Amino acid sequence: MPAKQALTGAEAIAYAMKQINPDVVAAYPITPQTPVVEYFAKYVADGVVDTEMIPVESEHSAMSACVGAAAAGARAFTATAAVGLALMHEIVYIAASLRLPIVMAVANRALSGPINIHCDHSDAMAERDSGWIQLWAENVQEAYDFTVMAYRIGEHPDVRLPVMINFDGFIISHGVEVLETLDDDVVKSFVGKPIKMYSLLDTEHPVTYGPLDLYDYYFEHKRQQIEAMKHVPKVFKQVAEEFEKISGRKYDLVEEYMTDDAEYIMIALGSTAGTIKHTIKELRAEGKKVGLVKPWVFRPFPKFELQRILNGRKGVIVLDRSASFGAEAPLYEAVKSALYEVAVRPQLGSYVYGLGGRDITPAHIRQAFEDAFKGYLIADEERYLGLRE
Amino acid sequence: MPELKGWKELPIGGLIVEPGNAKQYKTGTWRVLRPVYQPENCIHCMQCWLYCPDQAIVVEIVDGKPKMRGYNYYYCKGCGLCANVCPKSTDPKTKQPAPEEKRAIVMRPETDFAEE
Ligand code: SF4
Ligand code: SF4
Repeated sequence: MPAKQALTGAEAIAYAMKQINPDVVAAYPITPQTPVVEYFAKYVADGVVDTEMIPVESEHSAMSACVGAAAAGARAFTATAAVGLALMHEIVYIAASLRLPIVMAVANRALSGPINIHCDHSDAMAERDSGWIQLWAENVQEAYDFTVMAYRIGEHPDVRLPVMINFDGFIISHGVEVLETLDDDVVKSFVGKPIKMYSLLDTEHPVTYGPLDLYDYYFEHKRQQIEAMKHVPKVFKQVAEEFEKISGRKYDLVEEYMTDDAEYIMIALGSTAGTIKHTIKELRAEGKKVGLVKPWVFRPFPKFELQRILNGRKGVIVLDRSASFGAEAPLYEAVKSALYEVAVRPQLGSYVYGLGGRDITPAHIRQAFEDAFKGYLIADEERYLGLRE
Repeated sequence: MPELKGWKELPIGGLIVEPGNAKQYKTGTWRVLRPVYQPENCIHCMQCWLYCPDQAIVVEIVDGKPKMRGYNYYYCKGCGLCANVCPKSTDPKTKQPAPEEKRAIVMRPETDFAEE
């Protein structure tokens, strides 16, 4: 029987990993990720999992240990945030390039400097072109659910890519919410045994990982990664469908909230979607036709879904919790580029918010919607919510 | 050039899934100098075979003894080690480089063979 529990996002992810019982967890503590591996370490100490837990000396080593473990055919997991993810950066690319289905939870936190421990999305956005699948959770429930689904997506023979589960630092990682967890045996049979390919421990079929790859083949291997990403939507949908059968919860590449008749649509990643939904309810009560699109999957970018949903709307507002210095904010840039091809382009507006953990309130969201109602969205103008001039 | 495969034919991740396949990789395309064998001067001492960092020296066993038989240019990188260690490259009396017509190996620019 599914059970209701009150857990933080960090605990929920650790709980899902306990149910998955991975072979290797290698991690280094960093705020606000630390409780994920702290809770997991307790499961290891209590002997409820068979996991080899490796407390490494840095995040660079954590990802390196995961690469080694995954290449050997093990299920490997790590968790990190902000500068920890940045320190991993080199190996983050290598994990994807070697096509290793590692799972990593990222408690999204602002990148330094000046140093800041609170939520924004600059850490994950710095990895958006690394070749990892990026899932974005809005709340504790989604963080748990994505953790249960992640290996199934990454290990699929048509994919073979690592999966990053983004959950907003502190807001989700440390906020306690009631969620529904699945039974251990249900998770166990859903996740199944690891699908191993080219395992280093398969001595009958020796394989070399990481040889030099120059101008004559590197390009072809990158093309393969591009192709693997193209397979993710199909595989994600299959896994989500199976997941719905065991959980009753339905996932897709994007979540649509009150979009059916919406004239104005806001797009955002992560926990802010909750605040937007709340504001949409208020605006709907006032007769405003507003809706939300929340990408559950940001890499691969759900371009076709957004084209289908946004075509012909009056206004689209994109909220970014990270800036791209000298260019448009990452989510906005991707949405804008997707809309190049649609038949009837909506007005578009870019709003950056919440950097370094700055609060975003319903009033801010309402302010952006008001701009849209007035027809005052300018595609080439970046605006800021909650910033002092 | 070696036969280069398209992305659909390759194992993913740059993995090498077939041990010992380096021999399929024809490194001879790197060569800028080509060792040319002059068999009339060769004493079959096998120094070139011993020192060649690749396996580019062709050897035939005749009556239980190894005989130098020239080069496999698919793999020879033109490093010149063979010519360097060949005893026939040095004049035994003067200890100076031997005249080209007395050597067993002469290094020539690859461009001399561009027509081939
Ligand atoms: S080419 Fe020179 S080194 Fe090689 S076998 Fe002949 S004499 Fe010896
Ligand atoms: S030039 Fe170098 S690679 Fe070529 S045969 Fe001589 S020693 Fe071997």
